Amino acid sequence: MSVRKPPLFLARRSYRRRRLRDAARLLPVFGGFLVFLPILWAPAETGSRDTAPDGIYLFAVWAGLIVVAALMSVGLDRGSAEDAAGTEDEA
Amino acid sequence: MPFNLLVLACVAYVILLFMVAFAVERRAAAGSARWLRSPLVYTLSLSIYCTAWTFYGAVGYAARSGLEFLTIYLGPTLVFIGWWWVLRKLVRIGRQQRVTSIADLISSRYGKSNLLGVIVTVIAVVAATPYIALQLQSVTLSFEVFATAATEGWAPPDQGSTAIWVAAGLALFTILFGTRNLDANEQHTGIVTAIAVEAVVKLVALLAVGIFVVWGLAAGPADIIARINASPISDWQLQPGRWVGLTLLSAAAVMTLPRMFQVLVVENADERHLATASWAFPLYLMLMSLFVVPIAVVGLQLMPAGANPDLFVLTLPLSQGQGGLAMLAFLGGFSSATSMVIVAAIALATMVSNHIVMPVWLRLRPASAVSGDVRRIVLMARRLSIAGVLALGYAYYAVSGGSAALAAIGLISFVGVAQILPAMLGGIFWRGATKAGAALGLTLGFAVWSYALFLPSFGPDAVISARVFAEGPWGIGWLRPQALFGVQGMDPLLHALFWSLVLNATAFALGSIVTFPSPLERVQGAAFVNVFDADTTAPQGWAPGRAEPEALLVMAQRILGEEPALSLFESAARAQGKAGYLPDPTAQFIEGLELRLAGSVGAATAHAMISQLVGRATVTVEDLMAVASEAAQIKEYSTRLEAQQVEVTRTARALREANEKLTKLSVQKDAFLSQISHELRTPMTSIRAFSEIMMEGDMPQSVTAKHAGIIHDEAIRLTRLLDDLLDLSVLENGAVQLNLDLSNLSEMLDRALRAASHTRPDRTFTIERDLLAEAVFLRTDADRLVQVFINLISNARKYCDAAQPVLRISVRHKAGRVTVDFIDNGSGIANDSQALVFEKFARLTDQNRAGGAGLGLAICREVMANLGGTIAYLPGQGGAAFRVTLPLRLEKAA
Amino acid sequence: MARHVLLIEDEPNIAAAISFILSRDGWQVTTLAEGRTALARLRADRPDLLIVDLMLPGVGGLEIVQALRADPGLATLPVMMLTAKGQSRDRAAAEAAGVNLFMAKPFSNAEIVASARALVAGP
Repeated sequence: MSVRKPPLFLARRSYRRRRLRDAARLLPVFGGFLVFLPILWAPAETGSRDTAPDGIYLFAVWAGLIVVAALMSVGLDRGSAEDAAGTEDEA
Repeated sequence: MPFNLLVLACVAYVILLFMVAFAVERRAAAGSARWLRSPLVYTLSLSIYCTAWTFYGAVGYAARSGLEFLTIYLGPTLVFIGWWWVLRKLVRIGRQQRVTSIADLISSRYGKSNLLGVIVTVIAVVAATPYIALQLQSVTLSFEVFATAATEGWAPPDQGSTAIWVAAGLALFTILFGTRNLDANEQHTGIVTAIAVEAVVKLVALLAVGIFVVWGLAAGPADIIARINASPISDWQLQPGRWVGLTLLSAAAVMTLPRMFQVLVVENADERHLATASWAFPLYLMLMSLFVVPIAVVGLQLMPAGANPDLFVLTLPLSQGQGGLAMLAFLGGFSSATSMVIVAAIALATMVSNHIVMPVWLRLRPASAVSGDVRRIVLMARRLSIAGVLALGYAYYAVSGGSAALAAIGLISFVGVAQILPAMLGGIFWRGATKAGAALGLTLGFAVWSYALFLPSFGPDAVISARVFAEGPWGIGWLRPQALFGVQGMDPLLHALFWSLVLNATAFALGSIVTFPSPLERVQGAAFVNVFDADTTAPQGWAPGRAEPEALLVMAQRILGEEPALSLFESAARAQGKAGYLPDPTAQFIEGLELRLAGSVGAATAHAMISQLVGRATVTVEDLMAVASEAAQIKEYSTRLEAQQVEVTRTARALREANEKLTKLSVQKDAFLSQISHELRTPMTSIRAFSEIMMEGDMPQSVTAKHAGIIHDEAIRLTRLLDDLLDLSVLENGAVQLNLDLSNLSEMLDRALRAASHTRPDRTFTIERDLLAEAVFLRTDADRLVQVFINLISNARKYCDAAQPVLRISVRHKAGRVTVDFIDNGSGIANDSQALVFEKFARLTDQNRAGGAGLGLAICREVMANLGGTIAYLPGQGGAAFRVTLPLRLEKAA
Repeated sequence: MARHVLLIEDEPNIAAAISFILSRDGWQVTTLAEGRTALARLRADRPDLLIVDLMLPGVGGLEIVQALRADPGLATLPVMMLTAKGQSRDRAAAEAAGVNLFMAKPFSNAEIVASARALVAGP
């Protein structure tokens, strides 16, 4: 699209940064999967009393997502500060 | 716990909030509130997502439906950890377009359409009203808990009166801090900080109750797990439909709730704060949810059957004799309710005033866009709207009678505001979304929500008759409110959510596909969707040169306030390479101005107001081709050429101006010698003539004395002229000796006024001063500064041609600099002369010569340069106006 | 009969000086401080001589001279112009407008009296 074509291959650092953005986009999808997973475990008919284990599982997932998001936000923040005007539509 | 103590605690708490908000506003005004706008405060302010519905209601929800309450907090968690997708874009757009509310976002995206602004405002107000009622109810109920638990024989207060007091108090607080000033970017630092404090209070309170329950009443986590397994709560079964539906619903709501949009986008001070909030806000939500199930389980065990689980957070500590803990919990609940109501009221009031009141007012009185005091109107509209929103909430509370049905209200509100989601997401990701599509989708979604969920929530026969529920309107079975299109046996909430969003999104998509957007919609669509591209500015089609810059300045001052408007115009003029306060009305400048106004009154109103001065914007399809992606390649190339071109134009312009000035100066230089000659020869003539007469002698003593007097006066006049010339030359060479000392500005003005009263003593002048603002000590050369003041005041006395002359002296200080404005009510100085008044011998017309040699303002300019300040002519003040700017503390120059 | 002179000068002290020395010489002196009413006064008073300053508030000295030269009744009135500028450009402009005598400030009193007499006596 643009006159100065984006380079075909990227330096290691910006390559990492782009994959980090991919990961940031995937995280909510992955998180959604984990949150909806309990649906598949206990169909209503079985009547098993699994509120406590479900709760523990959900809070564990929750904490895990928070930790991953925290780790990624540092890199994303630094990355976007470095190339504030960088193109966003890279694959 | 005595009830009076409780009321006292509430009042003390509110006063604390007042003080926090007030102190922060003060610091922000002084420009030292950087740390207050930290990512931490931002994250904590987001916690208004957790209202009283969370604080009290989550436990009740858990007691009734097990883990389902978690969906309300898991949804937002997914949105926040996925901030890179949507939130980042929303915040960027919000900052770039200076969005004031979610209604403004939608309106601005779809061609600054006020129709959409109105629709979104109506949805938001209707959906938020029950939610506000819910907060009022929770505060009332918590008061009541203490009332019934109290052992003293005091009369429990009337529920209705408690609610009305709470509503009135909140309205007062919100008006005081939410509408103190019409900020350029609609940010309320004081309120946000107070909200952050409340966020800490409610989190600490809930955690304290939770810890007390787990380690005080139960024997630690293992015991709690055992109790959960034994509790009736474990009978709950996860319902897949509700689980997924509610998670997605709360994910939508966290973006579209007006109060969330307010703190998330409008109050955002720095885009990078979002990176922190992306994990810190989910953490906050998790901590708020952590002890909900334990409290519910233990509450069900320990409290008598029939106790309201919604109030376990309060009643459980109270029943265990933990009065202090209960008090803390009470304050936590109070915090949750008040913070939600305050922010919601601000957000809704902004929408109502910008999208309903202002357009109506502008239509009724089009001329007042320029001349009226728009700021006062906007602020008044906001204050009334805040009172109105709270009155609506109270009315709903009073009408619904505080029924238990309120517990479901939170979710009903969520579904209501979720109707904005398709238009919002479509608007920021899909260039093809059109205004017609958005209006269609929003209206249809709102209608379905009202019919299938909101109105039925009042119960059968309240609004919709029981017959309609059972058989449908006019007996049409597939229109039954809770079984639309024959879908039966579905959970009513899911049913409404499903149909409203499906119909909304379909209408939005189809409407967008079949209609054709107006040019302005396409411009805005491109700007929103491609917000991250470096250059998405498209022509808005303002015809350059049509508007008087002075008229624009007057309008901008009415909305933004004098100071911000002047500095905006000054920097725009400087960017164009012009001196002074009046930039050329180029298309680019007008666009920038519109954006700035949009930050105060919303995009649609700003657009309409600019149109009144500039004429209709005319964007053609050809203009848009340049934005279209097909032309992007050419555009990028031409943009660079254009940038160079602009640079060249700017340089050329600066050169041309310099040249013009030089030419004028050279003419003046010629005139200078002639002037000097004239000014010297005139007194000489009298001196020579009278001295010759005296030399002849034989005059009576009295005549001689009179002639000598004239000679003396003229000699003094000559000396003064030479003094002025020498003074000027010393000042111009920077060789002046300054006597720096601390002096009171007010005293200096007194001195100057006294000295200047000798000029035209026959005129009575009204002097308006602001003694409070003048009470400031300056480190400067007082004599020199007074010299400047005397000059300006004498000039006003000489030249102000009003019948009742008034001189207003106003003082402001900020960021280490002081400005003193001298504004009279005369006819001012013509545009083309404004740049010349500071030149030597620049008396504008001979008519006005009043004995001076025309060196006064030239000397003033040089004095101010030596004092590290400036003096400039201020246009657009309705008279001659001069602004003196100088540093608060002048350090000795090296 | 006393010779009559109209003096238009905005500097009060200079006007006082000139009218003092001319009246001592036997002239009847009328003074005006600005130029707007000059023509009307000239037509009404019919003085023998006009002394006018170059730089006047309102209507300038040159304009007055141009106007009176265009008036048939006043075309022959002798005119003396005073100026504090005294550049050659001003002098040329004044002569083109029809000024009979151009005098730079400051002047000597004797010179003024002599010139006034000479102008009225005729060429």
